Amino acid sequence: MPGFLSPLIEPGFFSNLPVQTALVVGGVVAVVSGIVGTFTVMRGQSFAGHSLADIGTAGGSAAFVLGISPLFGFVAMNLMAAGVMEWIGIRRPRGRDLATGIVLGAALGLAALFLYLDTTASSTTGATVNVLFGSIFTLPASMVPFIAIFSVVAAGIVLVMYRPLILTSVSADLAIAQGIRVRLVGIGYLVALALAVSLSAVTIGAILSTALLIGPAATALRITNRTGRAAVIAAGIGIIATWLGVLLAYDSYYWFPNGGGWPVSFFVVTLIFLVYLLSQLRFRGHSAARRRSTAAQAG
Amino acid sequence: MQGRAATGSDEILAVDGISVTLSGREILRDVTFHINAGEFTGLIGSNGAGKTTLLRVILGLISPSAGTVRVEGGLRRQPLIGYVPQRITLDPDMPLRARDLVGLGIDGQRFGLPLPSPTRRKQVDEMLEAVDATRFAESRVGNLSGGEQQRILIAHALISRPRLLLLDEPLANLDIGSEQEVVDLLARIARDQRIAVLISTHDMNPLLPVMDRIVYIANGRIATGTTAEVVSSESLTKLYGVHVDVIHVHNRILVVAGRREEALQHGDTESIVELM
Repeated sequence: MPGFLSPLIEPGFFSNLPVQTALVVGGVVAVVSGIVGTFTVMRGQSFAGHSLADIGTAGGSAAFVLGISPLFGFVAMNLMAAGVMEWIGIRRPRGRDLATGIVLGAALGLAALFLYLDTTASSTTGATVNVLFGSIFTLPASMVPFIAIFSVVAAGIVLVMYRPLILTSVSADLAIAQGIRVRLVGIGYLVALALAVSLSAVTIGAILSTALLIGPAATALRITNRTGRAAVIAAGIGIIATWLGVLLAYDSYYWFPNGGGWPVSFFVVTLIFLVYLLSQLRFRGHSAARRRSTAAQAG
Repeated sequence: MQGRAATGSDEILAVDGISVTLSGREILRDVTFHINAGEFTGLIGSNGAGKTTLLRVILGLISPSAGTVRVEGGLRRQPLIGYVPQRITLDPDMPLRARDLVGLGIDGQRFGLPLPSPTRRKQVDEMLEAVDATRFAESRVGNLSGGEQQRILIAHALISRPRLLLLDEPLANLDIGSEQEVVDLLARIARDQRIAVLISTHDMNPLLPVMDRIVYIANGRIATGTTAEVVSSESLTKLYGVHVDVIHVHNRILVVAGRREEALQHGDTESIVELM
């Protein structure tokens, strides 16, 4: 390690197995969230994305009761929810948000039950914190292959349907006239979204996963005019925020108030938010400069 | 277009005896008209008259309860038709350049990531040039003005080289200047590329200088022919089933319904209903 980094990086960072797992998993999940999230924002499905994350808590907490990895609980619950949302949402043109809301309410009821059972069974609040706020440092290395598979499927769906997805985001009528099966594209996209949300839920927590999905994508949309570049930039912002977050969480072990470290999710989400604020400032500056030059020309 | 060396009677679209009933309501009844290559046709009718339904039948998105639609003698296939839908709102947040949207007209339905290709790029450049959109090709589609967006959507529809171009209310929400530009562009495309253009609108006036044929739709039925044949008091009174006056003012046409005698007698303008 170069000497100048030693004040930033506490000793043992790169040789620590949970840290290595966290860096690999966090990086992969950030890429998937960036790619899928770009289309979530373009399609105006942020509400569905956030709801899937909340709905997933029912699955994640149920997995704790059953003693299996929360990842499987999140994936199973989110895929089911995506299916029900699609089934309700197709019946009326503006039914998408309504369908999401209905499924969300039902799933949160289940989550309340399972989280209660988790707490009474184990007599700790560990499960609740784990499901809601993530547990990237406690992920067993044995889960890495599953995370890789789900990541490849989620990103693969979006990359394969790349062009039809853009056209359906522009206008469903335009896509239909060009022979695109809009409903199939919508279902495929919901599957990718369900997987991406599950992955970020086990990484930075169900409640915070929206930040990783929407934040980098919303920032990227400000920066570039090109869809492909937006996805790449979103993935990049996600990776940097996640890795820096892991590093800061590791460094924070001896910080105020009582040692034991700050949660990694706090750092990741805060970094994403700061980057978004920075991009807003830049954007504001641009349009203000443009207004000034137009005014100067007009005057 | 290449070597299709059409005579004046090169038929592109044949709509024969189309009737459409949607949830028990008859929207169209026995609609028949034909359009030839290079012809500019206006589909004129008030809101709710059935214009969009008719366009969707031609596109194959709605099955008629009776009648047939044929495009260029063959079976109805998508690549033969270019389509500009009604009221598309392009989101200013969408990271998509004008040239990207035009390019998606070539291969937007394909799977997989697009590979950079000089041929494709050249094709897009030529299309942008043809609709006079090179100036804003690199801009975000959502940031363009209504007229500029309409030109990009026309380029998107034309780049797959269809023989028939359908446009649903392309002049709605345009200011008068860009309205005229879009109409002139479409007339030029129809003439130069021998494409049949069918454009729906509730106001026929912007189309009057360029329209070869009119399909006037009211009460689910149509009257078709040249503007002079269709837009007359006699023919429209028959179509609407109430007395209709056609008034020419400064090269504009007003279609007005009402009991003319009474209205004139009492100076009562309220019994006159402007139809168009």
